[in-house]
Formats: sequence, structure tokens, C-alpha cells
Amino acid sequence: MASSVLSSASLSFHGIHKGKSNLGGINKGKIDTFIKSKCFGRISMVAASNVSRFEGITMAPPDPILGVSEAFKADNHELKLNLGVGAYRTEELQPYVLNVVKKADKLLLEKGENREYLPIEGLAAFNKVTAELLFGADNPVMKQQRVATVQGLSGTGSLRLAAALIERYFPGAKVLISAPTWGNHKNIFNDAGVPWSEYRYYDPKTVGLDFEGMIADIKAAPEGSFILLHGCAHNPTGIDPTPEQWEIIADVIQEKNHVPFFDIAYQGFASGSLDADASSVRMFVARGMEVIAAQSYSKNLGLYAERIGAINVVCSSPEAAARVKSQLKRIARPMYSNPPVHGARIVANIVGDSTLFSEWNAEMEMMAGRIKNVRHKLFDNLSSKDKSGKDWSFVLKQIGMFSFTGLNKAQCDNMTNKWHVYMTKDGRISLAGLSLAKCEYLADAIIDSYHNVS
Amino acid sequence: MDSVFAAIVQAPEDPILGVTVAYNKDQSPVKLNLGVGAYRTEEGKPLVLNVVRKAEQLLVNDQSRVKEYLPILGLAEFNKLSAKLILGDDSPAIQENRVATAQCLSGTGSLRVGAEFLAKHYNERTIYIPQPSWGNHLKVFTMAGLSVKTYSYYDPTTRGLNFQGLLEDLGAAPAGAIVLLHACAHNPTGVDPTVEQWEQIRQLIRSKGLLPFFDSAYQGFASGSLDADAQPVRMFVADGGECFIAQSYAKNMGLYGERVGALSIVCKAADVASRVESQLKLVIRPMYSNPPLHGASIASTILKNSDMYNEWKVELKAMADRIISMRKQLFDALTAKGTPGDWSHIIKQIGMFTFTGLNSDQVAFMTKEYHIYMTSDGRISMAGLSSSTVPHLADAIHAAVTRSS
Repeated sequence: MASSVLSSASLSFHGIHKGKSNLGGINKGKIDTFIKSKCFGRISMVAASNVSRFEGITMAPPDPILGVSEAFKADNHELKLNLGVGAYRTEELQPYVLNVVKKADKLLLEKGENREYLPIEGLAAFNKVTAELLFGADNPVMKQQRVATVQGLSGTGSLRLAAALIERYFPGAKVLISAPTWGNHKNIFNDAGVPWSEYRYYDPKTVGLDFEGMIADIKAAPEGSFILLHGCAHNPTGIDPTPEQWEIIADVIQEKNHVPFFDIAYQGFASGSLDADASSVRMFVARGMEVIAAQSYSKNLGLYAERIGAINVVCSSPEAAARVKSQLKRIARPMYSNPPVHGARIVANIVGDSTLFSEWNAEMEMMAGRIKNVRHKLFDNLSSKDKSGKDWSFVLKQIGMFSFTGLNKAQCDNMTNKWHVYMTKDGRISLAGLSLAKCEYLADAIIDSYHNVS
Repeated sequence: MDSVFAAIVQAPEDPILGVTVAYNKDQSPVKLNLGVGAYRTEEGKPLVLNVVRKAEQLLVNDQSRVKEYLPILGLAEFNKLSAKLILGDDSPAIQENRVATAQCLSGTGSLRVGAEFLAKHYNERTIYIPQPSWGNHLKVFTMAGLSVKTYSYYDPTTRGLNFQGLLEDLGAAPAGAIVLLHACAHNPTGVDPTVEQWEQIRQLIRSKGLLPFFDSAYQGFASGSLDADAQPVRMFVADGGECFIAQSYAKNMGLYGERVGALSIVCKAADVASRVESQLKLVIRPMYSNPPLHGASIASTILKNSDMYNEWKVELKAMADRIISMRKQLFDALTAKGTPGDWSHIIKQIGMFTFTGLNSDQVAFMTKEYHIYMTSDGRISMAGLSSSTVPHLADAIHAAVTRSS
């Protein structure tokens, strides 16, 4: 999955220094000739005027996740199923624009507000509501002004701002990421110049959490490491720690003076409840810990393409929060100057209006509910059709858009080649792309692949 | 508990955006914001173009529209139209598929992505920027991993172009070095090369194998003509050579906060462009994954619909004309007051900004005594002036120039 992207395209941290490696996209075979002709040979560009100065650039490998959808489109089989997609689909397997978002779009048009540059830190009204949504409006940290919030380009952009802050102010500090994690996390830290290593997370034997391994690895990390945690609905496994396990994770992080760094891309989308899905983050904050938290509204408000999210840094004092915010701005300015206004206004309008906010909660419950229903149906089909007695209950225990099926690469290939089910090769399926009507077919495919292919 | 962030110091306010922050704090009824480069109407208000509102109405009415992630390189239709806008509909580079285009976050984002790409894939790490240039250029290129040098540009004695100095400095640059060129309406000086000077610059750059990187933030906004303002870029592309182009729709479509822009890389060959495109995705994906939909959809709607495109041109020309008129009025006011010095640069310079030639003491004086907000380098945004406020500015300049220190 992500490893194929890394090998040729994204360099490991050791290959990168701040000024970036010279040899990023150039394959090894061409290096010597390239260097001699372009760097040291002093051959004038005029003499080689028909040759592009970028001739040595290789074709980058396709994105492993997007490649799944492309292959799906090319397949003409009538029973084909796209479970690679990381975007919500209706029961009819269509993209979904929330009604409350359509209303907000119309409302914005009617309001006719100007398109002036936002401040570097983004729309103030958005920053206020996004922090309140995550931490709770009554959270003391809000009143004490201990949260630095900067509007970011959805989850990715918010993570990148935080990564750049870590690189600049915590030189040499490592980020620990779960094994596995969202494929782009590594790319973000690589490009930001932040070293990373993995903590154990997924246990293929149980298709569940390797909690002991996770705790051991977090304990073993150098003091003051940044621990990247998925606030809820872990991507790609769908496996979340229990509340008790979260407490122990917090204990260890505190013991080692690590900094918890949350990626919350599914608040409200996992359980259907905004508050419930924020409980892990809030527990850390309630302990008085300093916390970094990146938010995204791509899934929970279906605002994928509007790129709306935020980076929040909960600090021990308002002065620290002010300083941190100023440095986040300093990172954003040379990256894109200021963030896009449209998505921010949609969120601010919805959250700021009690009717729209209630409607949003209802639609979110509906989306999360559909996914839960699909999980149940899939589980029922797997249990009734699989006579081997294998325990498929992990499908129910996992939460959110994604599930790790436990299928290996060969089995995944069988899913695609024989059953026309498209998924990523790590065994991840997107429940958001599954309809009740197709659960039985999927169950058949999974059972066949699991038992008949090794 | 001591903060983990104890070592993090307060960053200084961004000098350009900080001007507006200071302006907002001022309570004076005669305060004037000539800092940030955003267009204002004669009434001193921000402007949303009628054609932009029309485009948005169409988008809202279209029930089939979804908010799915754009591809990493953005809205394909927007990219094609954007390349055509700057290069010309019949550009051979486009016909030959030699242009790799990525929708990016306005001008800044396009510059940053282009610079990151160069830092990763190009053997020359130095970029030459004009002295002076937009304040954010230095940071954008430095953060991307390039080292920044300057080439002579502005001549304070003439308040015009130091052309000899420019040619000497670019002539001394190492082969292959990257050169930032403001396509039109140089920011902050408003001083542009003539067509003849552009041709000389082009010849020099090509003979030395330097790589031009155009910053095109004012196409159509400078002279009022989209084609005229694209001339320098098109001259370079016409010779078959390679270049980078960062486009912004912030000013010319008034889409500032929507962050609409594009990076185009004109390559010698189609297969190179294709590989370059694939590598651009690897720069963008870990930065923000894919660009925002709304602004690009507006721009695309306008560019592809000939009626709307024509409406846009009319509104664009009106903005450009108003600014040209402000230049004339300010020049006339200073002339009438007999303010010492040659103020003709005000009408010779082009675009949103004028380099007044005032020094930072004079600027500070104007801010303190006359509540004029502008950057300390003497740059004023003509777009922030109106017929009714020109007299106040003229008074302030006159006072600053004639006061004894």
C-alpha cells in the first residue's frame, strides 16, 4: 500500500535534510549521467537546447488509494463494488451533499458577503466554533484562552502546519505514528522534515488492537516525542482503544512527557455523536495536558472539496497559546498566505445557527447510522454463510468509515480479480461505499477469499 | 506546569497584513488604508464582481453538483482554461501538450508548489528575485528550500527601472539559475520593463539558460487588457523555451479569499510535462491533499462561458481604469500643490501599487499625523484611493516631504 509510494517517491527521513535532497525524483540509473551533464559538466543549456532541463524526472507512481477508484472505473462487470473510496456514499452508492450544507450555500449567496482575504489564521467565527466543537464550549481551556486555533486546509493542511511547527521548534523530536496509519501521514512528516517511527497498533491475529505493543512502544520512545493518535475511527483499521485503554495511553504519555497529537477526521461521523467522538481528546485535555489536535470537516459535513479544518494547540497558558498561534501563522503565510473562506463560512453558519446545527446532527447520525447498519448486515451475512465458525465480530467492534478485514494481499487480489470488489491491498474496506443490498455479495467474496486463498 | 511550548517566541506581525491590523485599531474618521493590495470601489468598499455572483448563482442552482475531493492537481477544466488565459487560446505549447498545470492556492500557493518542486527536482537551487519584490517572495522560496539572491530592479533616483543593473546582475547569474519575473504590474514598485526591454531580458535569460519563473498576479488588472498583460509571458513561451508561471485570480476576479490560482510548467516535450505533472502531485499531497473547489468553480464558469467572459473583461477594465484615474488625480493634486519633487512616476507606474519614493520616516509621519496606513517602504495601494480621499493623501505627502526633520 503506502510502501510502494515511499520507495521511489517519498524519501525516508534519513534521506532528507532541510534543504531537500537533490535526487528526489530521479531514478538511480540515470543519476550519474544526469549529474555529469547538468551539474558538473557545465554543459550550457544552449548546447542542449532541445532537451528539457527536467528530462531526468521519472513518472511518479500513482497514489495507491486513488488507483483503486481508477481500476474500478475501468471494470465493466455489473457486480463490481468500490470499497476503496474514502468518501461517504448513500445506499444508492451516490455522493452525498448534506441538506444543511445546501442550505448554507444558498444562505451564503443571499448574504452576499465580500471575498476579502481572511486573516492568516482564518475566519475568526470559524476558529471559535471549531475549538468549541472539539473541546466543548464550556471547557475551561476555552475560557482561559489556552487554545491556539488556526484554520487549516482540512486535515492534511492542519497536520502539515503542526508538523512544520514541530520541525522548527522541536528539532530532532520524533513523531510516533501507528502501524498502520493513513498513508499520507508519513508523506506529511517526510516533507516537513520531521523524523517518525511506528508504534505497534494492529494485531492481525485478533484483527484488533495490539494494546501491549502500543504501550510498550510509546514507553520506549525518547522523552518528549509526539504521539500521533486517531481521536476516533482509526484509519485504516477502524479499531479504537476503549475508554479504559485511552486512560492508560494518557498515563504513559504523561509519564514520558510526550506530547499527544490527535488527528480527528471523523468527529460525529464515527458514533453519530460529536461529543462522544471527542471524548478521547477531552479526557487528555481534562488532565491538564498540552495537546495538539488537527480537525477535518471533510467527512462529518461532507465538505471534502472545500478543504476546511483546523489545527488546535492546547497550551498551559494563554501566553504560550498566543506565541504558538503567531508561529503557526508564520508557517502558513509562505505556504498559501491565508486559507479559503467558503468552507469556513459554511461551518460557521451551520454551527452558529441552532436550527442548522440540529439538522446537521441529525444528518450525521443518519450517515453514521447507515454505516452501522451496513456493518450489522455484513456481520450477519458473514456469520450465517461462513460455516467454519470463524469469529467475524470484529466487523461490529470496528468503527467509522473503514474496516480492516484481516485479508492479506493475495486474498485482496482475489477479491478484486474474481469478485470485482475494489479495496486497498492492506485489507481495508470502506463501509461508506457499501450498500445493504450488496452485503451478501461482499460476504460471499470475503468468505471465499479468506478460506480458499492463502 | 511549564509549557512544552516555552521556547516558542512571539512571531512579529506580517508587515503587509500588519498594516491593516494597525488601521483597524485606529479610530480616526479620516484614516486611509493604502496597505494591503485589495481593490476598493470609489466608495472605499470591497467589490464582488457581478459576474462572480452570477457564476455562483449558476453553481447553486445546479443540483448535480457534489463536493467530492478534487483530484490532487485540481479542477481539470479550470486548469485548461487557466493555461489558455495566460498563454493564449492558440498557444502551441498547449496544443503540443507541453504544459503541466496544477490548480493551487492563489499566487502564493502556486509559487510555493513550484518552488518545492524545483528544490526537489532541479539541480540549481538559487532563485533571483528583483530588488525590491513582494515581501512574501523571500519567505516562500526560502521555506521551499531554495536560496534567494536579488537582481537590481528599482532605481530610486529615477523611480523607474534600473535596466542596466538588471542586465548585469542576471548576466552574472550561474547558468540554469531560476529567475523570478513579475509578469506585469511589478509589486511593490509598479515599474515594468517596456516591450523592447522584455525582449532583451528574454534573450539574456535564454542565452544563459536561466529558468524564468513568472509571478502573474495582475493579468488584465494592470492595463485593462488580458492579452496585453500576458505579453511578456507569451514572448518567452513563443521561443519554445521552458518556464514556470504562477497565476492568481485574487485581484483580477476579486476572488481574494477563495484562494484561486494555478501553477503552469511549460516544458520542452509532452512526455516531460506528463512526468512533471505526476511529480507535482507528490509535492501537493503532503501539503494539503487537493485544492478547494469553490473559487476554481467560479473562475471556470466565467472563463468557459463567452458572455460571462466578456462581462468579466468589462468589469476588469473598469477596475483597471479606476486605478489609472486615481493615479492621474493624485499626480494632478501634488502638481497643483507644488509639492517638491518629480511625481510623474505616479502616472508612469502601473498596476495596483505605487512606489512613492517616500522613506520610512516620512511614512511614519504620515501614519501618525494623517492616519495614512501604508507599508514602510513607501508603497501605496492605488486601489485603496478614491476621488474624495486623494486630497487628504496629497496633503499628507506634501506635509511629509516639506516638513523639516
